[in-house]
Amino acid sequence: MKWLSSKWLAVYAVVYMIFLYAPVILLPLFAFNTSTIIAFPLSGFTTEWFVGLWYTDTLHIALGNSMFVGVTTALLSTLLGAFAARASARFAFPGKTGIVGLIMLPLVLPEIIIAVALLVMLNQLGMPLSLWTVVGGHVLICTPFAIAILSSSYRGLDRELEEASFDLGESRWGTFRRVTLPLVLPGVISSLLITFTISLDEFIIAFFLTGTDVTLPVYIWSQLRFPAKLPSVMALGTILLLVSVVLLIIAEALRRRSAARQGVDTTLAGL
Amino acid sequence: MKDTHTKPMIVIDQVVKKFGSFTALHGISAEIREGEFFSLLGPSGCGKTTLLRVIAGFEPPTKGKVAIGGKDMSGIPANSRPTNMVFQSYAIFPHLNVEENVGYGLKTRKMSKADIARDVAEVLKLVDMESYGKRKAHELSGGQRQRVALARALVMRPEVILLDEPLSALDKKLRDQMQVELRSLQRSIGITFILVTHDQEEALIMSDRIAVMFDGRIEQLDTPEGLYRRPVNRRVASFIGVMNFLPAKVLGVTDQHVKLDIAALGQIDVPRHDIDPAFDIEAVDTIGVRPEMFTLLADADDTAQMKVQGEVVDSEYYGDMTYYSVRLAGHDTPVTISMRNTAGRSVVPPGSQVTVGWGADSIVVFKE
Amino acid sequence: MALRFDREAGQGLRLISLTLAYVLVMLAAPLLMVITFSFWTQDYLTIDTTLTLNNYREAWGTPIYQVLMWRSLKISLIVTVVTVLLAFPIAYYLSFHVTRRKALWLFLITVPFWTSYLLRVFLWKVILGYNGVLNSALLGLGFIDAPLTFILYNLNAVVITLAHAWAPFAILPIFVALEKIDRSLLEAATDLGDSPLRRFFRITLPLAMPGIVAATLIVLIPTVGDFITPRLVGGTDGLMISNMIQIQFGKANNAPLGAALAVSSMVVIGLISVGIFLVGKKLGGRVR
Ligand SMILES: Nc1ncnc2c1ncn2[C@@H]1O[C@H](COP(=O)(O)OP(=O)(O)OP(=O)(O)O)[C@@H](O)[C@H]1O
Ligand SMILES: [Mg+2]
Repeated sequence: MKWLSSKWLAVYAVVYMIFLYAPVILLPLFAFNTSTIIAFPLSGFTTEWFVGLWYTDTLHIALGNSMFVGVTTALLSTLLGAFAARASARFAFPGKTGIVGLIMLPLVLPEIIIAVALLVMLNQLGMPLSLWTVVGGHVLICTPFAIAILSSSYRGLDRELEEASFDLGESRWGTFRRVTLPLVLPGVISSLLITFTISLDEFIIAFFLTGTDVTLPVYIWSQLRFPAKLPSVMALGTILLLVSVVLLIIAEALRRRSAARQGVDTTLAGL
Repeated sequence: MKDTHTKPMIVIDQVVKKFGSFTALHGISAEIREGEFFSLLGPSGCGKTTLLRVIAGFEPPTKGKVAIGGKDMSGIPANSRPTNMVFQSYAIFPHLNVEENVGYGLKTRKMSKADIARDVAEVLKLVDMESYGKRKAHELSGGQRQRVALARALVMRPEVILLDEPLSALDKKLRDQMQVELRSLQRSIGITFILVTHDQEEALIMSDRIAVMFDGRIEQLDTPEGLYRRPVNRRVASFIGVMNFLPAKVLGVTDQHVKLDIAALGQIDVPRHDIDPAFDIEAVDTIGVRPEMFTLLADADDTAQMKVQGEVVDSEYYGDMTYYSVRLAGHDTPVTISMRNTAGRSVVPPGSQVTVGWGADSIVVFKE
Repeated sequence: MALRFDREAGQGLRLISLTLAYVLVMLAAPLLMVITFSFWTQDYLTIDTTLTLNNYREAWGTPIYQVLMWRSLKISLIVTVVTVLLAFPIAYYLSFHVTRRKALWLFLITVPFWTSYLLRVFLWKVILGYNGVLNSALLGLGFIDAPLTFILYNLNAVVITLAHAWAPFAILPIFVALEKIDRSLLEAATDLGDSPLRRFFRITLPLAMPGIVAATLIVLIPTVGDFITPRLVGGTDGLMISNMIQIQFGKANNAPLGAALAVSSMVVIGLISVGIFLVGKKLGGRVR
């Protein structure tokens, strides 16, 4: 049992973390490097790539597109997720397992299948590709995440809490406002942030379903072909990573606050 | 039973257990005899589970040692000790059925399939679970899980079985039934049992001897009767059953008696034969009387050694018994008096003036 | 009772109906359409809607597709096994040895996952390349004389990159399963005479099996559908069936054949998943 001893496992954990972080650490290194060649040794410090991003119009358009797709996706998938999570946490109804299973299916379906299927359908219906078609695909893959996050919010929301509120004379709407909403709000915000982040980074569906308006990952993909553009891509990647991490920290903090408020174990809630 | 009872099976020697800076056990010493039903009794957090886990080998003692069957157990891991545990949660392996659970330890011993099957069947019969062999843990009731957990320990034929509050998850009725079953099972197989419980009634019913623990120390180790009749201090006295305390002053000591002046009861000669010779009699400042040692006397009844007047303040009716709260003349705090409800004796209503009788040999003395 | 159930059922169905409708329109319908499509034929710019098995004959009969299909399965299975094996000790360490700041560890494990997927794959190319970080480091330290070439543009690169990409998805389900194991079960096993190693195989592993199966499926299924990683770091021997699907829907403009390839790979991967699930269930027993 030596190999499962605390010491060896700790060593392994450190090595594994290095493996996990190796690419992440390179990202800022090359983003601030003067050379256009992405290789060691580093040649010098510069912020020109970041400055360059400021003047790249195509990037700004892609960013705008991604923001539109991300925000719309976040709102729609959180809304759809909230309905489904509430239904599955609170009610028993016939075919529940099958219905919930179908809704959660995109979680395990390869994205290329979803993308291709939507593409086939849109072509058949003669609908033009646009940012909305990307949103359509993103909502599909983000809704299961929203459900997972929101279910853990709803699970802690004991039915008796709402009943107690009715019992104390509060109306349906008043109960929602004074009991339900405060308890699930952190979960809702956390779901909005996570679905936004997923959409912002999603490439495969966007690649297949976008028309002439490209999203950020599709833009990055087009840039990867030009070696001269690589440092700017690194700079862009660095910024995106920072934004994602900040959003995630907020989402995680909110989720935990909501879990703690409901007395749910915070490490496991939502997994 | 018999003379085997006197051989020490487990010797606990000055065991100290610290968790960080917190000391859970402060130098515990005790001897547990072979074939004995021994209980660790005490309030929540007093260290019972910790002591049990030290014996089982799950927690190494910070200081001191434990010997089992004459062998020092220091450094011997839990899987090599001649003890088996019945866990508070029962810890029935959820992925195995009842037979596989019970046969778990035998398989580790590399016994043949046939031998395992035979032993398992035998022990399942013993705990009255022979028809449940193929069930999984989640298909069993609380009482059945408890039996499986016990069978799983019994089948190992350990020298000692350790039980951590095994009955606390059961409802009252089942608990009462299991107490009797567990006790008679232990008698018939003769294995040493160590039971952890915080339920004094359970400990009194089941045990040969009980160690009463408070704050990581054994306050008293005695038979149930000894604990009840001769508690060494007020803490033990009030933990086991109900005890009325009355302030007292020592007036004089002779070979046979100690003369006390007791609030509300007056001057009394208490016989010394029930008092531990090591006890510093001059320091006595309190006496205790059990509720059943008082009696409410009917007017005509005059056999009691001593009596005092009082007024019934309140009563609680329990069916077979009634507990009265009675304020004795000359003492503000009411005492508790229990009376058996026999035919023809009706409950005395609050406000009644009554005569209370008691005997001097029913008095336990305490000092601060 | 029946009345109450009916009311509850009605409320539940009404609540979930919008989401369900969305999924039916945007997922179920398109999937059915892909399946239908796979029985049609592309005729230059028009689609011939006579039902035919020709696409499947081509998908299953043409050597290049066979090779790609086999390779995809092989790569996905290797990636899955490697990812889960690498992930297990981490999950175990987190669950059994980390006592404080578990949540922080979990968070740190998920952070790299939020780097742009494309960039992560690309950066592995930078790390593993001929002039890459790894080679320069090893050369600089004197461990090797010439750059290693077996690490980029082949299967190894794909495995490393995907094992990295899917790490959190493998660690989390295993961690959750381990976390759910009642620690007194482990003590009970020790109490009954098991050494730590035996106990690991008799209690810990079977009880962790639902998590391991979940991790395996979560990694395996999407991996088959990945076409970026093979394209960027896989070289020619790293190309997988998804690359071909993408080509059929794109440059080759033969959507029905692409659909047949997609459906075929989903069926195959579906069968394998069911197999894994059943094996896992057998190994882990029914755990509740
Ligand atoms: N692993 C541990 N780390 C730190 N403190 C502990 C640990 N185990 C027990 N303690 C502390 O030691 C004291 C005794 O605990 P123990 O579990 O033995 O109590 P107990 O008598 O069994 O109580 P209960 O009746 O509630 O089960 C408690 O104050 C507890 O908080
Ligand atoms: Mg305890």
